[in-house]
Amino acid sequence: MATPEPAAAIQPPTPPADSASTHEFPLPPILQQPSAAGPAELITQGAEGRLYRTSWLTPTRPCALKHRPSKPYRHPTLDARLTRHRILSEVRILQKCRREGVAVPALYGIDESQGVLSMEWVPGRPVRVEVNEFLRRRAEKYPHSDGGRGRDEVARDEEGAAPLVGLMRRIGEAVGKLHKAGIVHGDLTTSNMMVRPWEKDKGPVNGHHADGQAEEAEHSLEGEIVVIDFGLASQGSADEDRAVDLYVLERAFGSTHPRAEALFTVVLEAYKDTFKVAPVVLKKLEDVRMRGRKRSMLG
Amino acid sequence: MAALETVELEHLPATHTVLLALYRNVANTAFLQEQLLSRNADFEYAFVDASTVASRFQLLSAVYKAIAAEMAGSMRTPNVHSEVVVSLNSNNNISEAYRRYGVQPSTKDVVVVKVLISREGSPSSLSPEDVGKHLQTHVQGESVSCSDEELAKVTDWPKLRKYHKLNGLPWIEAIKDEKAKKNELEMLIISAMAMRGT
Repeated sequence: MATPEPAAAIQPPTPPADSASTHEFPLPPILQQPSAAGPAELITQGAEGRLYRTSWLTPTRPCALKHRPSKPYRHPTLDARLTRHRILSEVRILQKCRREGVAVPALYGIDESQGVLSMEWVPGRPVRVEVNEFLRRRAEKYPHSDGGRGRDEVARDEEGAAPLVGLMRRIGEAVGKLHKAGIVHGDLTTSNMMVRPWEKDKGPVNGHHADGQAEEAEHSLEGEIVVIDFGLASQGSADEDRAVDLYVLERAFGSTHPRAEALFTVVLEAYKDTFKVAPVVLKKLEDVRMRGRKRSMLG
Repeated sequence: MAALETVELEHLPATHTVLLALYRNVANTAFLQEQLLSRNADFEYAFVDASTVASRFQLLSAVYKAIAAEMAGSMRTPNVHSEVVVSLNSNNNISEAYRRYGVQPSTKDVVVVKVLISREGSPSSLSPEDVGKHLQTHVQGESVSCSDEELAKVTDWPKLRKYHKLNGLPWIEAIKDEKAKKNELEMLIISAMAMRGT
């Protein structure tokens, strides 16, 4: 290493002229067709697929479109079979959940040859975002730099914690319902759960009107839990798999929202009452905690 | 008179035009079915028994699925119109789909779907006006707008629930709000239709 280069040299290379500014990735054929609602919006990208927000049939009906692009490094026949298999597994699980009354997105359309799955767009924001905003507002409310309450863990009985406790209870019930339906999610995190605002005449409406900030704090956590992304889900009713589902959620929750970690017991309490063998699953969860997610010590 | 409607569907190439019409109290359903059975080329339509249609969204889901199959070359039936009818079914039995969702002599109200397709070098020989005139001449019924409101008047929910195996779901029965209940059923039907053939 000689003398440092001038600052100009570390500027990123200029993108090639042909790279479109809208999408870095090839869109599935369906999204290359005209749409009155405008171009699809890339919402998120995972290892296996990309999620777009677009419209379905009419410009006013939003939909979530999941695209599993073909992988150039895989043999085309194998690639097509894997993509097809994964999409079909996901749609079967979605449909099973809906038939059992578990709140998941409705299925709109499938095109396995394009690797495309279209679903109902779930309004609202992920639990992760709502919980973090709740914690941020709480920290602003108690801004003591000397380690005041805002920086501590949320206590269950603390003033203003009720909406968060309520949300945790609904999470536990949602996971219980899912397990009761014979589905194991495989990737339960607070990003894979949405808080869908209650419809006007559906769900609890509480009458209190405090100051604006307090109202905002309460209402953002209000809503139905909708579990999303069944890309890693499987059908089954093994207590072990269910316990691992809870364990993954517990770990994810603890690392994403450390200040609300103590409230996770509320999730488990609510889960316990959702179906007959739930207490057995919770017992199993204690074993899983002792040894971690993998039983077989393989893989 | 509510004329034939041209429907703009999202993510549909300009080569395909979807036309919709709803006729109430059709007097010559036997004649219409006969034209389909004899493969009369002048009657390339999807004549759907309107009592099996829950909503525009459900109907258009079937239309879109049929067109997607036509474009991908993966149709299971002779043309896009018969494909619309089988797309309303949630299983793969084609003759059952024709019987359940297609026009029958006993059918009262009929939804007509026509898809005009222009291919490279051969634009569609028919215009929406031609289709409208042809239907007016040959369908003996009262033309009404193919809206959710009109469709709701003729939907036979018990039949739809039976066809899509939606009975015996206690949580559905527990929904008190009729509108919310129908919405759940509609979504279950659409999901089941989307999964057909997989």
